[in-house]
Amino acid sequence: MTTTPPEPDQTSSPDQPSRAVPLVTKPSPPAAAPPAAAPPQSGRFRVPTLARHLGVAVLAAVVLAIATTMIGDYRDYELAEIAAFVVAVAGLTVLIGLSGQISIGNGAFMAVGGYAAALLFVHLQWPLAAILLAATAAAALAGAIFGVAAARLRGPYLAGATLMLAVALPALSTQFQSVLGGDQGLGFYISVPGFLGINFSLSRWQAWFNCAVALLVLILLANLTRSRVGRNWRALRDDEVAASLAGLNVARLQIVAFIVSAACAGAGGVLLAVWIGTVSTSLFALGVSIQLLTAAVLGGLGSLVGAIWGSALLVIVPTFLANFATSHGMTQTTSSSVPILAYGVVLIAVMVGFPGGIQGALVRFFNLRRRRPADYHQEEKGST
Amino acid sequence: MDRDSLEISGLTVRFESLTALDDVSLTAAQHAVTGIIGPNGAGKTTLLNAICGFVRPDKGQILFRGNDLTRVRPDRLAGLGIARTLQSVGLFRGLSVAENVMVGATPLAKAGFWSALAGLPRSDADEARLRMIALEALDRVGAVDLADRMPETLAHGSRKRVALARALAGLPRLLLLDEPASGLPEDELPELGELITSIAQDADVLVIEHRMDLMMSVCDHIFVLDFGVLIAQGSPAQVQADPLVTEAYLGVLHE
Repeated sequence: MTTTPPEPDQTSSPDQPSRAVPLVTKPSPPAAAPPAAAPPQSGRFRVPTLARHLGVAVLAAVVLAIATTMIGDYRDYELAEIAAFVVAVAGLTVLIGLSGQISIGNGAFMAVGGYAAALLFVHLQWPLAAILLAATAAAALAGAIFGVAAARLRGPYLAGATLMLAVALPALSTQFQSVLGGDQGLGFYISVPGFLGINFSLSRWQAWFNCAVALLVLILLANLTRSRVGRNWRALRDDEVAASLAGLNVARLQIVAFIVSAACAGAGGVLLAVWIGTVSTSLFALGVSIQLLTAAVLGGLGSLVGAIWGSALLVIVPTFLANFATSHGMTQTTSSSVPILAYGVVLIAVMVGFPGGIQGALVRFFNLRRRRPADYHQEEKGST
Repeated sequence: MDRDSLEISGLTVRFESLTALDDVSLTAAQHAVTGIIGPNGAGKTTLLNAICGFVRPDKGQILFRGNDLTRVRPDRLAGLGIARTLQSVGLFRGLSVAENVMVGATPLAKAGFWSALAGLPRSDADEARLRMIALEALDRVGAVDLADRMPETLAHGSRKRVALARALAGLPRLLLLDEPASGLPEDELPELGELITSIAQDADVLVIEHRMDLMMSVCDHIFVLDFGVLIAQGSPAQVQADPLVTEAYLGVLHE
């Protein structure tokens, strides 16, 4: 994000570079030193943020489009599911990793998005893109309401409140069966657009649509996290007092983070509904909220790339293990519990081995020399 | 020089049965360094906290250039041109030094949420501008070389400089310094003094500090607090000569 430093030698005195410079560089005669007398600045050309993120996304889109023609129907179908989770997990990882707020209930916002989409489909027959936008907005609104209500909650209290939301909200669908369909659910089918030809499979179209939305969401979130907004989130996460003294409205920034994450969850809910073709109570049960949290933690909190790793694991590992178990002669009942066991094992292993998640581990592996807090002066940690 | 920056009148703060500040009135002049000294527990930090809105006064009024700060929210201060450093330094540990200071430049930011979300050139230009402002502030405290380091790799003195740069980055009109010398070795004090004096050329400075030697050299005017009561004020020389101050404070200092 920022320019790469010329990597001062950190093995010697941590203060060395600053000692070379006196505390007062000069008597600073025109003390209101305006931009004219600029300090040494790395005059390196920087690719515009949007161009950089668009470039990566276009590349990914091309690779994905080619891949979908080669991996077969079943894998296309899995890809669509992964993409749906990527959207929701990315929003959650930004909320937890950057703004420092925890949510165990983002499955509820997925439900808002999914049900809003299904209702619009059933009653108004809107086009898919319009449904996606409206349902995302509905989830964002729900996030705003909840975010305002929970603005004063921190840590475990916020976790508790969001958990309650995850339990209560999806249960509404059984309370209002006539509108929301209860366990039966609401059908939400999409069909392949005519211009793609008659031989274009539905799974591939689902993969295309979901991946396109996922890439778009990732671009927007990457823009946001690389901007002042992302920096301010990280600042208030680290020190609320110092952040508010710097002029940050902590409560408002936290609510904005909640809205962003709820909007992403809502969009993810629409994609999940598109993928499965029906919206029902069980689709957004508490387990989904936990899965989102697991994926965000596994991938590495605060990392958008990590959200992709986490979502992929979430989808691929259970089916892989179930297949593995059945092919090794386990009974149906035994093999169906293998994925759950594996989840626990993988989660514990990652947390013990790589507290920064998969992405954190990859970054460390490929960039070993960066940010070594080796010579942290413990005894000087600040006088409170 | 003649106009007042900060006017505090009749400020009283109570915590339960303890009266932390009792009817304190003081004024800080513009473009001057005003010091507040007093033994531990005298109410110095409570006074700063009341100015910043972290503590609600029970009585009294706080005015900054005509703005009433008595019920202000802490995050509004930066917009009014008031910055404060913390005794506990309080750097954002997940942000690089430059990013830390950029957060301090927030009052000068122009691009908002939507241009950030869309990644518009407007947002990029704003970021580049904030970084420039941050590097200037770092240059002013002599820490521009540290721009890309993480706070936890810095020694205490460097962290304090970065925190000061963060406060300066918003181009404040009033700078509140909470024990700027705490934890600094003796030989860095003269440099700190020079820096504070240079800051006072374009901002009003209010300093709270234990280190008498530093305060005597940088302050234009000093107020002395003891057990929440203002017991003396005047130029450094006057304060030093005041028998009340010697009794309450200087005795402690020579231990």
